[in-house]
Amino acid sequence: MASALINVPKKAKRGETIEIKTLMSHIMETGYRHTAEGEVVPRDIITTFSCRYNGAEIFRAELFPAISANPFITFFTVANESGKFEFEWTGDRGFAATASASITVE
Amino acid sequence: MSPTGTIVVAALLIAVSPARTAEIPQAERRSGYSFMAPDTQAIQDDDTTNPGMLWVLDGEKLWNNKAGAAGKACADCHHEARASIKGVAARYPAFDKALGRPVNLEQRINLCRTGQQQAAPLPYESRDLLALTAFVAQQSRGLPIDAATDPQLEPFVAKGRELFMQRQGQLNLGCANCHDDNWDKRLAGSAMTRRAANGSPASAA
Repeated sequence: MASALINVPKKAKRGETIEIKTLMSHIMETGYRHTAEGEVVPRDIITTFSCRYNGAEIFRAELFPAISANPFITFFTVANESGKFEFEWTGDRGFAATASASITVE
Repeated sequence: MSPTGTIVVAALLIAVSPARTAEIPQAERRSGYSFMAPDTQAIQDDDTTNPGMLWVLDGEKLWNNKAGAAGKACADCHHEARASIKGVAARYPAFDKALGRPVNLEQRINLCRTGQQQAAPLPYESRDLLALTAFVAQQSRGLPIDAATDPQLEPFVAKGRELFMQRQGQLNLGCANCHDDNWDKRLAGSAMTRRAANGSPASAA
């Protein structure tokens, strides 16, 4: 399983806007590079990222070859209820990774 | 200016230049971190935004992975890394008695791999070696660098100093010509930094 770093506030007030930061370990090989022998280095990137908040999808992103290695994705949401954020990354060569974080809403 | 005045100025310059490449007093030493742009410092300050922490996480897994013919993990000898290797990275490069020369942290890790784990050494700059080194170095976070205090290292430090000062190459420059004489300036937009041994690469700024 690839390493991921997730930053979600542990606690938030109901209705508060919170920032979620995610950093996923990935080489993000563009598919446009060649080796010294002239062979194309095959594309190997993350293609989708999604975040679910207590089961409901709140954020989704498509990723493309211009995105640098170890994609750092950050977004905002409104903290409505205590629960769990589930993150999912999928990509080339069957890449699939998940992570989760909990939040307590007061 | 009179010819005598020119000679006096020239003599002063000669007298002054070697003094600039002397030891840097402890109080004036700066971490590579202090040369970074505020944006880069902000990334480094937050462990959840610093991509370097991904290598630390990978290194922690490798620390507990059994490897080699001996089937041992780093943790089998060193146990809990947070206690057992605290401060170790700050002492490298260190003198290795068996080899009779200094080894850096990566070489030390590979000595453990070939000796204790009976595994193949990890290639220099490979992801796994960088990860293990980052994880080991993480345990010395915040501690002052304490390398090269071993008297056995003296001849090697002297040789290093000589290489640092030696002018060479097409531009006839020694390391000291930028990193000592002009360390407070920038070269093609990058900070030149004064012999910063940690917080590097500052050029990421």
